[in-house]
Amino acid sequence: MAYGETPSQTVGPYFAYGLTAGQYAYDFTDIADPTVAGPDAKGEHIRITGTVFDGDGNPVNDAMIEIWQADADGNYNEKPIDVADTGFRGLGRCGTGTDAKLRFWFDTVKPGVVADAEAPFVNVIVFMRGMLVHAFTRFYFDDEADLNAKDPVLQSVPADRRDTLIAKRVETPTGIEYRIDIHMQGDAETVFFDV
Amino acid sequence: MSTFKPRDWGSHAPYIAPGYKSTLLRGPTQAPLAIKSGLTEGTGPRFAPASVRELDFDLTKNGVVNGEPLGERIVVHGRVMDTDGRPQPNILVEVWQANAAGRYVHKVDQHDAPLDPNFRGSGRCFTDDQGNYKFYTIKPGAYPWGNHFNAWRPNHIHLSLFGPGFATRLVTQMYFPGDPLLDLDPIFLGTEDAAARERLIAKFSIDKTEEGFALGYQFDIVLRGRNGTPMEN
Repeated sequence: MAYGETPSQTVGPYFAYGLTAGQYAYDFTDIADPTVAGPDAKGEHIRITGTVFDGDGNPVNDAMIEIWQADADGNYNEKPIDVADTGFRGLGRCGTGTDAKLRFWFDTVKPGVVADAEAPFVNVIVFMRGMLVHAFTRFYFDDEADLNAKDPVLQSVPADRRDTLIAKRVETPTGIEYRIDIHMQGDAETVFFDV
Repeated sequence: MSTFKPRDWGSHAPYIAPGYKSTLLRGPTQAPLAIKSGLTEGTGPRFAPASVRELDFDLTKNGVVNGEPLGERIVVHGRVMDTDGRPQPNILVEVWQANAAGRYVHKVDQHDAPLDPNFRGSGRCFTDDQGNYKFYTIKPGAYPWGNHFNAWRPNHIHLSLFGPGFATRLVTQMYFPGDPLLDLDPIFLGTEDAAARERLIAKFSIDKTEEGFALGYQFDIVLRGRNGTPMEN
């Protein structure tokens, strides 16, 4: 290895006017926002939502969550991401500081199964003050039990921790939601991956 | 699609770094589970040219309301490359920072240093076909924080990059050479390896300094390389 990696450092508490300006009403443009798939995207339109909890069980109000997912056909977007795009973007970014209940949310479509997996999932990165290195995780879907049972990554997770990765489908008056919380520590500590 | 080499954890801080108190309740306590890098990890977002507007790379201009921002004008140059030395072209680099007085525009920042009406402190730029990026800004000030008695963050600029794949995602901070606060800062010191920490400190460059205008700094950024044959230099 010719060069050493640049160390990761925390995103800190004050990222919003740089990374999530539109969501937090700062005067700057965005390269990503909570819309992962616009209204013109093909597939089942869903919202993914949840809360990030610290080791005391308190909701975290200054985390930033990013997701990266395949489209409804199981393909990752190879086109440049453009927040003006009303179709499928594939990338989402949301801070936990603007929702009254400190939730993150993503408006997206349910992904298809990518070529080297068996079940649909969303890739997730968690950043916050107090994390010197971001953490990777995944969201799977609870109505895909048969596929989940075959997915090599999900099945590599100890059985008693698998539930931390599975979002629960809820039908709401405004549409389909999948709910999943992220627990940084504790009995329900989310499984994070060394990607 | 080639995959990325495993993260070199020796270059990074542990999730729980006791000197930095917020890590105690926020860092995962269980070791991350290794998964085989595949299609997913090899892909990642690319960004449309329109993501960077004309003044986005110049923080001395992109927040101007009625005059020049206060403080020491600087220009930061750097090259984004991987651990094999391959330059990384067309990579979006997002930056944000405090103003010259050490105050962030962020609504939650309670430090009583003044805001600068002509400085927002965020911007972005792309790397060119050689992996080089450049942005103009004002040297950020130090500021106090609540980690411990008389805690002060050294001058720093936050940077965020995806790199060529989702797996290469990096958020980091650039520091300034000779800052006496570095050796007292639990965030900087969170990276236990001293040689790795040095990679967080920009180098002053008289060659990059612009005559009569701005002091120059060089801050190269190294992302994980790809599996396969390293490029010969």
